[in-house]
Amino acid sequence: MEFALFLGCTTPSRLKAYESSSRAVLGELGVTLVDIQEFKCCGYPLRNIDFKAFVLSSARNLALAKKEGLKIMALCKCGYGTLKKAAHLMNENSSLREEINEILAKEGLQYEAEIDIMHLLTVLYKEVGLEAIKEKIARPYENLKVATHYGCHALRPSQVTQFDDPVAPTLFDELVSITGAKSIEWPMKLECCGGPLSGVNDELSFSFTDKKLLDAKKAGADYLTTACPFCQIQFDTVQDHHIPSILYSQLLGLCLGLDKETLGFDSKRAEIENFLGD
Amino acid sequence: MFYTITLYASLAIFGIGLVYKISNWFRYKIGRDARDISVSTRISAAIKGILSTLFSAKIGILIKVFILNVLLQAHLLRKDFLRWLAHICIFGGFMLLLLMHALEKYITSVLFAEYYPTLNPFMFLRDLFGAMVIVGLALVLYRRFFSKKPRPTTSGMDYYAIIILSAIMILGVLLEATKIVSHSKYEEMVEEYAMLEEEEEMPLEAYWVEKFGVISADVKGPFDKDTLEEGKELHEMSCADCHSRPQWAFMGYAVARVIQPVYFAHTFMWYLHFLACFIGLAYLPFSKFFHIFATPATLLLNAVMEPGKSDPANIATKQAIELDACIHCGDCTARCSVAVAFKQIPNPNILPSEKLAVLRDMASGKKLPEKQLRIIQEGIHICTDCHRCTDVCPAGINLEDLWFSMRDILAQLGYPKPEVWAREGMGAEYDLTRLKAQTLSLTPVDRGFLGGLGESAQASTFSVCFGCQTCTNVCPVVDNYENPQEVVGLVPHQIMHALALGRRDLAFGSRMLWDCVTCYICQEYCPQGVSVTDVLYELKNLSFIHLKEKTE
Repeated sequence: MEFALFLGCTTPSRLKAYESSSRAVLGELGVTLVDIQEFKCCGYPLRNIDFKAFVLSSARNLALAKKEGLKIMALCKCGYGTLKKAAHLMNENSSLREEINEILAKEGLQYEAEIDIMHLLTVLYKEVGLEAIKEKIARPYENLKVATHYGCHALRPSQVTQFDDPVAPTLFDELVSITGAKSIEWPMKLECCGGPLSGVNDELSFSFTDKKLLDAKKAGADYLTTACPFCQIQFDTVQDHHIPSILYSQLLGLCLGLDKETLGFDSKRAEIENFLGD
Repeated sequence: MFYTITLYASLAIFGIGLVYKISNWFRYKIGRDARDISVSTRISAAIKGILSTLFSAKIGILIKVFILNVLLQAHLLRKDFLRWLAHICIFGGFMLLLLMHALEKYITSVLFAEYYPTLNPFMFLRDLFGAMVIVGLALVLYRRFFSKKPRPTTSGMDYYAIIILSAIMILGVLLEATKIVSHSKYEEMVEEYAMLEEEEEMPLEAYWVEKFGVISADVKGPFDKDTLEEGKELHEMSCADCHSRPQWAFMGYAVARVIQPVYFAHTFMWYLHFLACFIGLAYLPFSKFFHIFATPATLLLNAVMEPGKSDPANIATKQAIELDACIHCGDCTARCSVAVAFKQIPNPNILPSEKLAVLRDMASGKKLPEKQLRIIQEGIHICTDCHRCTDVCPAGINLEDLWFSMRDILAQLGYPKPEVWAREGMGAEYDLTRLKAQTLSLTPVDRGFLGGLGESAQASTFSVCFGCQTCTNVCPVVDNYENPQEVVGLVPHQIMHALALGRRDLAFGSRMLWDCVTCYICQEYCPQGVSVTDVLYELKNLSFIHLKEKTE
């Protein structure tokens, strides 16, 4: 199983633990990751500014993965959603595709429709499979209650992202359940983390985050879990007075028996170890 | 006389330039932290910092970095052998030429009693060092203009640097060549150093024509063996002490073989060669060659300063030094995450390598026109803070911190993050409290708008909205407020409706566009398949186009 790892910009610069833990977990599960040096911004930050600049940015990355004959796997939900969106737009609109391909051609690249865009979670769920992961779990958690945060841009618009059922998704919950932790039901599970408004309207952005953390806490969660650097950073920035958020790759990595250093654990999340069974 | 005047004039300009440029390191204020630190505080902090570092264990680190990174450019070698070779050739060759050749009076002739520029090994070494610089320059030209790999952008400063260095080198070789062939120079030397009988003149000249490349109007080969033998004896008596065979000056000699002597040509070349050198010297502090001071300073400071721990006064100074350390190599742009956007949005300020020049202007306190500030704002915010530019910079410049500072300066000037700026700008222009007082017509006032939304095919779906309000009811932003319309203006379904009526002004004036968190819940739940979120995206794009057109 081989994927081109689409790291994006935020993970390597601001959340290295997500990169190291994802690499370690996937390595443990027999997934080979190929690094394409030329991968650049997915185009997400350009969406407010310029439509074509966003599509072009995505298309370039997709074309690079295609050139290597690889499926592409994103770590961020925004990156995943953006690549999916751009692919969808270009598949639907041939004049847009031609226009973008004309620019890409100058670099010797070409966007072609058939490219598999995956996210870390869909790779684990659909490609590796729950059973295969379960077999590798060395020390399942006991009495750990986790609230899953799905992330908007993976889930919606579902017609484009095809991540999971947009109204009643289960993918992430199932992935949590196999670790032995209990994935709790909570009202605000599918809501936004507030991240996209950070820096534009901080008050509103933090209000979202705050409400969500509080809701997860009320529902009885010990930890929130994410699989996106933006969501994780957003929860970490505001989380002082609520519950900690942990990356799914760390949550899974620990019960796979991987060491905390490789997984990039810090003191904030180290206590989760107490939930590990024998 | 001419020589002395120009030398001292250029030395004076160089000296004044150096003082001026270094004073900028303490005067330029970049970013929020630097604003309240006075020049004197910065100077005293720098002196204190330098002294305490020099007399601490860190001196070892400095020496190591100086040798490995400043002199040998080890970090460049790891990255790209050809570029390393180019740098070593130009830097090494030029420094050696400077020390051995340009400063011969003060260095070489003091160290070597037998020094003559026309004697080996010096004559050979001079050409060897010159050849090194020329090879380096050829590699630079190849990388900038002919390489198949993505080439860096080349600015006026880069052209100047290449041209002045090439001029010095080429004129030097031409000077050497014209001297070799010059008959007048030969006669001058014979008069001064050889006590010749009249009949001895011909054999010596014949020997020099044959062996030393002099081109004479009267004495032409082929010569018989005896004449040359006699010439050789005379040569060894009068000339050999100061003259090695010119073939050793391989570049000058090669050129000498293909040129014809022109009267005074070597004098002319002499003037030109020196003039080029003096221009290079005088303009050095103002050109990119100033990096020979600023880049080592940056590399050394990086090795001993720690962000967050070092004195903020020194960090402010370091940022100012970094502005001069850039050599415009283009590595940052080649690695930049968003550089690809430049192909669609032709704003050079998107590219990190081009942003620095503008930042230099801004830091100097120069007043920039509104239009330019707007362009800079657009460029500086098309950036994902991915840190790649900083990671690859061979000069060790912390570019990302400079971008943060640049955003600070722009925000102070009234150009914050584009979304915030557009929200305020559009809000003021399309003031909803004013617009609401008008009676709305039920027939579309702007039918062209639907067509104008063609960019993303999904955006035009607003026309099928039947006003069920689902989008508004599920919107978490709307849900966040007691009276949402007071805060966000039109709520999502109203925006769709306003667009159907052709009232883009109502949509543009709504904060909702900018407060949309892009969670796509509205779009997911719309029973009519309206791409609500995408419509809002498109309206934001159109707002930027509108504001751009307004400032142009």
